[in-house]
Amino acid sequence: MKHFIAFFSLGILLSGSVDAQETSPGVVSGNISVLFQSYQEDSLIGAVVPPSKSGFNAYSNINYTQGNFSAGFRYESYLNSVLGFPGRFKGSGIGYRYARWSDPEIGVDVTVGNFYETFGSGVLLRSYEDRNLGLDNAMDGVRLLLSPLDGINVKMVYGKQRLDFDSRLVNSEGIIRGLDVEISLNDIIPALKDSKLRVIPAYSFVSKFQEGGNIIKEDTLILELPENVAGWEYGATIHYGMWKGGIGLTKKINDPSADNGYIYKEGEALMYYLTGNIKDLTFLFQRSTTDNMSFRSDRDLLLFDAPINNIPAITKPHTYNLAATLYPYATVINGESSFRGELYYNLKRGSKLGGKYGTKMSLVFATAYSLDTTNLSGVDGVVYGYQRNSWGFGDSLNVQDISFEIERKFSKTFKAKAMYMNLIFNTLATPVTTDYKGLVNANIYVLETQIRTAKRQSLRTEFQVLTTGKWRDEEGELFKQDKGDWATVVAEYTWSPHWFVNVTDQYNFGNPNIEKRVHYLYGSAGYINGSHRLSVGYGKRREGIFCVGGVCRAVPASSGLEVIFTSSF
Amino acid sequence: MKSLLIAAFFLSAITLDTYAQSIPSVKLKDLTGATIDTGALENDGNPIVICFWATWCSPCKRELNAYMDYYGDWQEETGVKIVAVSIDDSRSTNRVSPYIMSSGWEFEILLDPAGDFKRAMQVMNAPHTFLYNGKGNLVWSHNSYADGDEEELYEELLKLVD
Repeated sequence: MKHFIAFFSLGILLSGSVDAQETSPGVVSGNISVLFQSYQEDSLIGAVVPPSKSGFNAYSNINYTQGNFSAGFRYESYLNSVLGFPGRFKGSGIGYRYARWSDPEIGVDVTVGNFYETFGSGVLLRSYEDRNLGLDNAMDGVRLLLSPLDGINVKMVYGKQRLDFDSRLVNSEGIIRGLDVEISLNDIIPALKDSKLRVIPAYSFVSKFQEGGNIIKEDTLILELPENVAGWEYGATIHYGMWKGGIGLTKKINDPSADNGYIYKEGEALMYYLTGNIKDLTFLFQRSTTDNMSFRSDRDLLLFDAPINNIPAITKPHTYNLAATLYPYATVINGESSFRGELYYNLKRGSKLGGKYGTKMSLVFATAYSLDTTNLSGVDGVVYGYQRNSWGFGDSLNVQDISFEIERKFSKTFKAKAMYMNLIFNTLATPVTTDYKGLVNANIYVLETQIRTAKRQSLRTEFQVLTTGKWRDEEGELFKQDKGDWATVVAEYTWSPHWFVNVTDQYNFGNPNIEKRVHYLYGSAGYINGSHRLSVGYGKRREGIFCVGGVCRAVPASSGLEVIFTSSF
Repeated sequence: MKSLLIAAFFLSAITLDTYAQSIPSVKLKDLTGATIDTGALENDGNPIVICFWATWCSPCKRELNAYMDYYGDWQEETGVKIVAVSIDDSRSTNRVSPYIMSSGWEFEILLDPAGDFKRAMQVMNAPHTFLYNGKGNLVWSHNSYADGDEEELYEELLKLVD
């Protein structure tokens, strides 16, 4: 708290000194988010009531900007945190504070305190927040951004990172140091200034320090834990008009951790992609292999705790709830080999097939397999675990996701969108359910319509069905995989620009267990005024899985009232 | 004592005459790889609309498709420029370019994969739309999108040219 006060005293003093030179007194901006849930018992869906009977998460960012100077903080409150949030987030206090001075003219930008930073694709360093999910690995230290010449951007970071919140910020044990250099060749070589071909090479280096010690393997093998673990990435992005390609090769030295079973194998990752178009057909192809790239500021932590980097999932982030929340894929953090291909095509406005307003179509394919590896034996096996034979695919499928979408506006008042998706999902690789172990084969069908019913009023509906394949038990009886078939109906009515009501019913009509064929009915209504939004909801919330950055967290089923208020100013 | 100091800070902040907010300065890339300083965004003294969206955000795409239907007329009448800022992170930022090429959007597209500009603009949920007048001062903002909201934006735009 002393540091916090010192921060703002400095800020106010500095702003005062700048005041003497300029007339602008500065600007205050910020936002507020409040989430309140009250709980009722519902044995049908397994909803239990926590001792506090309600959950309350709130935070507010307050920022003050005066010319090149800015400072701010975030006040957070978990009294107690809502169900599904990290339960150890508790109390109220300052969870984030910073002061920053930035002068774009001379290319200097300094931040002290908390900051978020990502190097390249984030495979080496990504400190970020997703407050809705309780994710926050903000850095706490110093960041220096330099741009000595147009086209050269240098980032330096040094600090710890947020692990927890207990009425104040709690950082994890390790220290993180990083350097990132990106050079836009076109900006530093005058002859290339106006070239359509734009080349941007980049280099990143990240190292963590954590006190070491020894570990004992197989009772007799005493191994020393590395205290400093470094990783580096060579990357380049190439643009040619709207075509774009990129490649990144990352390495990390041995980093025995709870994630990899304390093996001393080095980590590697190779990713490349290409996007472009051939006439009206646009595409994206992406290939990625990551091997032993889990990187945390505390080697003994798992799941959501203290990740330094982020390995993005290969599958597309889905928007319809059955596709997005029943089988969300998260990267297998110890290694996988994956591919993604996407095609987009637009039937033009006014054409015979495209209709008056045109028709949009997309086809997305994504798959991930285990790595192509051989397990080592003897002492090598104990120390290094395995060796990777190639950058290619292994034998075990983690996920395969194919989806086709078509969207058409039929008239000024009616538009519709349809989606078909086939999903093969290995619940052993990404454990999103305990009801079925193995490959779930699911088909998902969605129809979304929107009708303008009157001036500034519209009705939007979604009809979704998910069906799963069958499996045979030892006695030869057939069952639906996992929780069986689901249907979702969403109806939303809006009065622009202020009001909305929404009713959502998720019905697990094909659950192999007849007692669990439950309707999860949830209704909400809300008011929006500019950047302020209030919504009040009531009903049953299905247990769900949130997956971010290679890890998933289960959110238990709950039932009751929910009030959400967000505002920015 | 602590509380007093905090209260003093708040008070000092609040008693300052709050000046209109201008666009904060964050370095982002556009779809051709060029670096754009958001603080230097300008439109020859005409209004600028900044809209935060993502490829996974259905209401965002509905909003920008609706704007696209009127963009030609709005530009003629008000000279407005729309800047659509994608907050797709490293998982989906590569999907932006093929999506844009097939969408027919004529907006200026910026990529904010680390969410730096989103944070600087205090955005919590997408879509979130901001309207700046020709002097670069914030005059209107709106969170979320419902069919018909584009008419409110149009009315706000007309106020700026009257």
